Amino acid sequence: MLGQMCLAIPGKITSISGDDELFRMGKIDFGGIEKEASLAYVPEAKVGDYVIVHVGFAISRLDEEEANQVFEYLRQMEEA
Amino acid sequence: MKYLDEYRDAEGAHKFAREIARITTRPWTIMEVCGGQTHAIVKFGIDQLLPREVTLIHGPGCPVCVTPVELIDQALELAARPEVIFCSFGDMLRVPGSKTDLLAVKASGGDVRIVYSPLDAVNTAVKNPGKEVVFFGVGFETTAPATAMAVYQAAHKGVKNFSLLSSHVLVPPALEALLNAPDRRVQGFLAAGHVCTIMGYEEYLPIAAKHRVPIVVTGFEPLDILQGILMCLQQLESGRAEVENQYTRAVRKEGNLPARQLIGEVFRVVPRQWRGLGEIPLSGLGLSESYQAFDAQRKFGVAQVRVPESAECLSGLVLQGKLNPRECPAFGSRCTPEHPLGATMVSSEGACAAYYRYRREPAEPAGIQTHH
Repeated sequence: MLGQMCLAIPGKITSISGDDELFRMGKIDFGGIEKEASLAYVPEAKVGDYVIVHVGFAISRLDEEEANQVFEYLRQMEEA
Repeated sequence: MKYLDEYRDAEGAHKFAREIARITTRPWTIMEVCGGQTHAIVKFGIDQLLPREVTLIHGPGCPVCVTPVELIDQALELAARPEVIFCSFGDMLRVPGSKTDLLAVKASGGDVRIVYSPLDAVNTAVKNPGKEVVFFGVGFETTAPATAMAVYQAAHKGVKNFSLLSSHVLVPPALEALLNAPDRRVQGFLAAGHVCTIMGYEEYLPIAAKHRVPIVVTGFEPLDILQGILMCLQQLESGRAEVENQYTRAVRKEGNLPARQLIGEVFRVVPRQWRGLGEIPLSGLGLSESYQAFDAQRKFGVAQVRVPESAECLSGLVLQGKLNPRECPAFGSRCTPEHPLGATMVSSEGACAAYYRYRREPAEPAGIQTHH
């Protein structure tokens, strides 16, 4: 799954190395499989955050509040 | 796994499906742009949850699939050179050029290496100073920041034996091309969520307004896709044509600013030939003036020849949403993932590969929630 080029999947940052923003790397846990990824494009990301990783780069930090939006939508749909 | 499993919940999927059926009053045709979404739809049987009035057609969002034959031929020419280490994503190796593919070049002695990240190619160049390392940069806006960073780091570290063969493409010009086609069928789009994590979605506003077409930025899990379809249908049924964002947990309106900045630094927008769609103006990314030294086409003088596409492969029609893979006479017989006629049967995102994998027989869908 990790080898497929255009998939982008969520994982949890377990550690971060490097200070320079452009060369910052993180260890990312994908449900038990760990891989390194560049954190150059998520300067705000911290250990414990979930990020979407694509070809070795974290491209977006997942917003925990917004992650519930789908379920909130379902709830409102039912009430309507 | 968190952020995956909860979006594959069968009960939620059926709730969305019921609501979709409830609000749909007439036939609508929606295109999911991205090949990753096509795979999820076919794998989880999302299309089979929809009422008969709603037709999903599969879009051109598979970068491997739209890479033109002449660029594959240039890749083959470069990969066969004795001084070159040719680095590529694995998806490209079986994609047929006009005569052969990268796997065959590798089998006959070419140094072709599969990389996971463009940065791996830069590291290969650092470790092999006596060789020329060429990276085949294929992808949409999602992948462009990774390629941009590889070129930027190579320049920064003075890695002169690294270069890029760029086949990077942009989504909005392809949507425009599809919308301008005289026999246009598509009435609404699910925009590719991961492309929009990078670019945001402001550039879709004028497209939605000009062509009166709803565009919903959508994620990749079953509940995301069903919600995206529902939001699109609500717009269609009420006569609206707006840009909406379903994938709010990952996509912000302005996108990823550091990534957009580096794309802007390293690349410039160029015309690009698309397999199946022809040349689309301002639809590709080539290296900007300051990074020309890393342009493999320039460095090795590979010839820019036009190569006709295979007549037997109908992937051009598949990529435009005009033909379902199973309607192709070669599907599953003369064309399989082992012996593909075209890239749509090869790539992990290609529509033909999705149907071959999940729908060769009138198949049971993989099942929401149970399959990971």
